[in-house]
Amino acid sequence: MIEICPLADLPAGEAKRVLVPPHPPIAVFHTEDGAVYALDDTCTHQDASLADGWVEDCRVECPLHASTFDLRTGGVDQPPAKVGVRAHAVTVQDGTIYVELSDETPNLPPGVSYGASA
Amino acid sequence: MKRTLVVVGASLAGLSTARAARAQGFDGRVIVIGDEEHRPYDRPPLSKQFLDGSMSEADLALEAPDEDLDVEWVLGQRALQLDPSTRSVLIAGGRQIVADDVVVATGARARWLNLSGSQLPGVHILRTLEDAQGLRADLLPGKRLVVVGAGFIGAEIASTAKKLGLDVTVLEVAPTPLAGPLGVTMGEVIGRLHEAHGVDLRTGVTIDHVEGVDRVTGVELADSTVLEADVVVAGVGATPNVEWLRDTDLDLANGVVCDAVGGTGIPHVAAVGDCAAWLDPAYGQPRRIEHWTGALDRPAVAVANLLGTGATVKPVAPPYFWSDQYDSRLQFTGASSNADRISFEVGSPDDDSYLAVYWEGDVAIGALGVNCVRPFTKFRRELATRVTQQV
Repeated sequence: MIEICPLADLPAGEAKRVLVPPHPPIAVFHTEDGAVYALDDTCTHQDASLADGWVEDCRVECPLHASTFDLRTGGVDQPPAKVGVRAHAVTVQDGTIYVELSDETPNLPPGVSYGASA
Repeated sequence: MKRTLVVVGASLAGLSTARAARAQGFDGRVIVIGDEEHRPYDRPPLSKQFLDGSMSEADLALEAPDEDLDVEWVLGQRALQLDPSTRSVLIAGGRQIVADDVVVATGARARWLNLSGSQLPGVHILRTLEDAQGLRADLLPGKRLVVVGAGFIGAEIASTAKKLGLDVTVLEVAPTPLAGPLGVTMGEVIGRLHEAHGVDLRTGVTIDHVEGVDRVTGVELADSTVLEADVVVAGVGATPNVEWLRDTDLDLANGVVCDAVGGTGIPHVAAVGDCAAWLDPAYGQPRRIEHWTGALDRPAVAVANLLGTGATVKPVAPPYFWSDQYDSRLQFTGASSNADRISFEVGSPDDDSYLAVYWEGDVAIGALGVNCVRPFTKFRRELATRVTQQV
């Protein structure tokens, strides 16, 4: 389990990019209706941070090229990305956000790598 | 007999059409005709990550590995004629493909330089995978490249070639690069990226001819200056592929002129993507928009209207495009042409990261973000919400 931040530091409607070396960075989302989700932060198509993306209806749209990912599963709906990102388990305990990283292999875009997990 | 939808064009707009038809419950036959041999592939990386070798041909595929749209692909076949009365498409070899509904998605092709010597080996355009492979083979470290046209394609090729170790000169006929899409002020700011990265940008320049005997050796300008070059690439715009529709009553003034949902005026015939000029309600006239996101999003609107699927589709969003040049990620949304002033909501043009907002009176009509993804995305969302509520 990785401690992310107090829930109060991530207002509803906001997202943040969190570095978790040696793993690829993750994005933590606090949706307008109060749920908290975590995905791999890097779009599987090209190097873009999903934390900068556009959240609507439990999906985040990549800020560059319009692929959207399901905040619950990481599944992708339309090109240019062809594969989903990993979804990570989130718990909120005593007002603090924790993430349990998925042990699946991350789907990083061509030409992008992060440390030992590449 | 099952209803048949024929999509002419097998790039992003054609694929998006087939996808939209299936997503909206169309269970008839879908036939997609394409003049290239390839299944749909993504073109934007051709001037960037594919050209520099960081993306492979397989990476360009637009279809997901497990995607099954139940489409009959007719590839490597150019459409030659549309008979609107029978809605049949004649393709090379004389085969007629009869449809109940037709979506025209034939795109555009890169313009060649209309100059003496422009057919010499070493002179390139960039639109297709084969174009990119041919250009890539010529982009060798230490060679001299002349890029004709400082638009987005030209600027991206220059940026990639510089990274690959070529000596790069960019020639632009207009006094300011990118003045059309970005306006003069920001066009000039973005144009400075070339100089900042060691690329020689020359504006207000006309080429007289391309020099060489059995291969290009240079270009001679109208003022008789000769620039030596091992490779020349032209990025001088694109022409819509609509000649095959000449015998119809379609309005082909600038691509296929359409209403605001892709209807062409001929029943059961719609047009999408780079070849189509949809009515832009904000301007009261058709505009041909050659943006990737238009080819991605608009087919769902066209299909819902054409097939009467009754599906709820996202309304047409304001134009959005991006460009990656040198270390800068450019994103633009909305329009620049009616702007009377520009404000910098984040940073300034001297910074590496800024958000320039275009104003018409007190209404924000567009924005250019440079390395400014999150504020730009917020602006784009607000603009889209405002514009789609007005329509």
